Amino acid sequence: MSTLRRIALTVNGTRRTCEVEAREHLGDVLREKLGLTGTHIGCEHGVCGACTVVVDGLAVRSCLMLSVQADGSTVTTVEGLAAADGALHPLQEAFWNCHGLQCGFCTPGMLMTLAAFLPARPDATEADIREVISGNICRCTGYESIVDAALEAGQRMKKGA
Amino acid sequence: MGVRQFGASVRRLEDPRLLRGNGRYLDDIRLAGLVHIAFVRSDHAHARIRTIDMTAARKLPGVVACFTGRDLGAVAARPMPQMIPSPLLKQSKTYYPLAIDEVCHVGVPLALVVAETRAIAEDAAALVAVDYEPLPAIVDWRRALDAEAPRAHLGSPDNLVAALHSRFGDVEKTFASAPHVFRESFEIHRGACHSMEGRGVVAVPEPGDKITVWTSTQAPYMVRRMLAEYLGRAERTIRVAAPDVGGGFGPKGVVYPEELAVPIVALALARPVKWAEDRREHFLSTTQQRDQTWNLEVAADPSGRLLAVRGHCVHDNGGYVAYGVVAPVTSLAAFPGPYTLAALDIKIDVVFTNTVPNTPIRGAGRPTTCFVLERLADRVARQLGIDRAEVRRRSFVKPEQFPYTTGTKTRDGSPISYDSGNYHACLDAALNRLGTDFAERQRRARQQGRYLGLGMASYVEDTGLAPFEGATVRVEPTGKIVIQTGAASQGQGHATIFAQICADQLGVDLNNISVESGDTASFPLGIGTIASRVAVTGGSSVHMAAAAVRAKALKAAADMLEVSESDLVLEDGYAKVAGADVKVSLASIALKLDGSSGMPMLAGFEPGLAATAYYEARKNTFANGTNVAEVEVDIETGAVKILRYIVAHDCGRLINPMLVDGQVRGGVVHGIGNALFERMVYDEQGQPLTTTFADYLLPLATDIPRIEIIHLETPSPLNPLGVKGAGEGGTIPAAACIISAIEDALVPIGVRINEHPISPDRLVALIHELA
Repeated sequence: MSTLRRIALTVNGTRRTCEVEAREHLGDVLREKLGLTGTHIGCEHGVCGACTVVVDGLAVRSCLMLSVQADGSTVTTVEGLAAADGALHPLQEAFWNCHGLQCGFCTPGMLMTLAAFLPARPDATEADIREVISGNICRCTGYESIVDAALEAGQRMKKGA
Repeated sequence: MGVRQFGASVRRLEDPRLLRGNGRYLDDIRLAGLVHIAFVRSDHAHARIRTIDMTAARKLPGVVACFTGRDLGAVAARPMPQMIPSPLLKQSKTYYPLAIDEVCHVGVPLALVVAETRAIAEDAAALVAVDYEPLPAIVDWRRALDAEAPRAHLGSPDNLVAALHSRFGDVEKTFASAPHVFRESFEIHRGACHSMEGRGVVAVPEPGDKITVWTSTQAPYMVRRMLAEYLGRAERTIRVAAPDVGGGFGPKGVVYPEELAVPIVALALARPVKWAEDRREHFLSTTQQRDQTWNLEVAADPSGRLLAVRGHCVHDNGGYVAYGVVAPVTSLAAFPGPYTLAALDIKIDVVFTNTVPNTPIRGAGRPTTCFVLERLADRVARQLGIDRAEVRRRSFVKPEQFPYTTGTKTRDGSPISYDSGNYHACLDAALNRLGTDFAERQRRARQQGRYLGLGMASYVEDTGLAPFEGATVRVEPTGKIVIQTGAASQGQGHATIFAQICADQLGVDLNNISVESGDTASFPLGIGTIASRVAVTGGSSVHMAAAAVRAKALKAAADMLEVSESDLVLEDGYAKVAGADVKVSLASIALKLDGSSGMPMLAGFEPGLAATAYYEARKNTFANGTNVAEVEVDIETGAVKILRYIVAHDCGRLINPMLVDGQVRGGVVHGIGNALFERMVYDEQGQPLTTTFADYLLPLATDIPRIEIIHLETPSPLNPLGVKGAGEGGTIPAAACIISAIEDALVPIGVRINEHPISPDRLVALIHELA
């Protein structure tokens, strides 16, 4: 029943190739084949958003995308968010400042959802941000500190741009 | 002294690692030779297992081994010990690691497959053929004690788990002479935990017949105790550690059958084994909470003062007694809430059903008791035409009455006494924040056919549960400081608050402090992160240990510098003579006290710049607060929009206000979920119908307004920090507050709401009943 395919991805700026089963979703491949366990699997049916990564500039639920569909794509995971010199991304810094995480399990998905959204919309309103993260479930924070972090990050990104 | 850390909203020490994706949660653990388990779980709510055929599963390439309960052998041939024994338990039915003869809810593990990958293990588990003899299931807890009700367990005389009773005062006389008596019935339906990370276990056999068990738990020491007892092993041969844990909320305080089965398999195969729960399994097997039905009477005087409450509750225990009777006992002990009652008589029948067990979820039994008490207070106000806030003010414990003995008893039978607080101040603070124009806005909205409502709910929470946590504070010769404690963390930020407490004692920078927690190899004893207890018990232990280290450092420094101890201060990592350039670093003191080969110790000192302390909680310390919500109800669609949500609460002194805000907000949103969204549904055969996040709704960012928080700080007199727990106070009143607001919005229609969760279609149905 094994149907192995070879795929090639650019992950966090590095070209990676691996053998995958046709049925394996991108989240499992990132975690199991590429060792990038920062991407978390929360529901495996595309609702909780914990597994969100950025594929060719778009936020994607990595549990709903087969890895073979991502062949040839450019993927950014939470491990690729900080700068090459290790400096935190404005979103990471803002989450830290605003207490935007507690247990940290939903955090990579929240960060990547916002990382795909904010660069084009750094002036997004609170309502916009709540809409954007409404596909990511957090059980700890009650969302408000995440919204605050996104608002702060937007302002930082605007200044930095 | 430098900047005081206690009371400051400092950023968390935990965060940079987690933000970079460098957390290490259970399923992130990678080990050479690791194999993976998938469980086969019961398809029936109640059935006898006739045979389990694993032939096809065994043949699948990549399968390492298959086990039924019988295959595990004598070690797994008896039920698990009761985790929380109680003389109140009439029938202590517990799980087996794998069920052998009978399954009592859908989702009970009854076999398992070990394979090279999780995917193969799941493929093979799907090939296991189980021949069941289906048995009648009891699902409706309200009927569980009917004579003809199916028994949840074969051979049980009835479905009664325990009959609880709490009583004080002259109940009959108070009711007979009360000017007003009102009767109400209430129903609260269960939700589930849904930490974003499921449960999971990795078990690793170690040389010397030892085993390491990583588990996504709130209570590693309880897992160790259970494993030692069940496996007949010395505790010293078992290391249990919690890695980063992606949320707990109560159910991860339970010790589960998988936490026995996985280590048993690892020992049998002599290789490391992992199981990581998926979301479907979480719906089917992680404990749930809140099914209760209440029939109550309240007595009140003409001023609206609450005099007495009496009545009866049926509490759904689910299929196994997974955590003693803690959930219903905390419901019972939560009476009389913030009110001074002359009399109380409450009976709770705890009953088996063939559903997932009910154990404490955030708030434990308290949110439901808060709900019924607050609904009764609203009923009295409405019937007597008195302002709802006034009914509460007239009935609250008054500030001068503390410590206030309520008349009820704790889990250990001792009298419950509220240590401190100002309940009136919290109520007034919340209402003041709302402003004075609500009534006018409500009136105008009604003229426009819009339905605005104001809800309020007040609560008291027992926090800092007995018996203890402990901590060691050690200064290394490098000058680095390590705090070791048994109290595991699931995201609360313990490392940060412990470091804040320690930094103030030792005069060091927070970044010099690291915290190790929840690992039995790191600290000898612990209880668990439950019941809003760790700031009180763990925090006080860190404070006491750090104070002892401080005293030792000052004494040693005085010897080393040949100055008087009273001239020394600890600052910036040094013991210094104030105003002079005479100092010695904590690192040098630690090096001296850690000893050097062949050199005598400093006279009069035990080795090491370290101390261990255990804070023992003899009494609970009580947090309190009032929540106020403003909602708008669309009577056509039943949609409820929360416009404002205000929390005034008092959890004593705040160690880190930003982190307390986080606890409160998260707790409130959990309670809003209970009020409006979260309903775990079973059909009449006990089949769970809500097993995805498409069927079972959790609150989303778009459902929730900003939560306005007002802190009052009445110090607890019971612990050295003056703190009270903050983990559950957000949840306890939230559902009561939201339902109060919805009912207030619908006063013109006359809808009364004595249940939650309340969905839009249910609300429309209630409106239509009266239209």
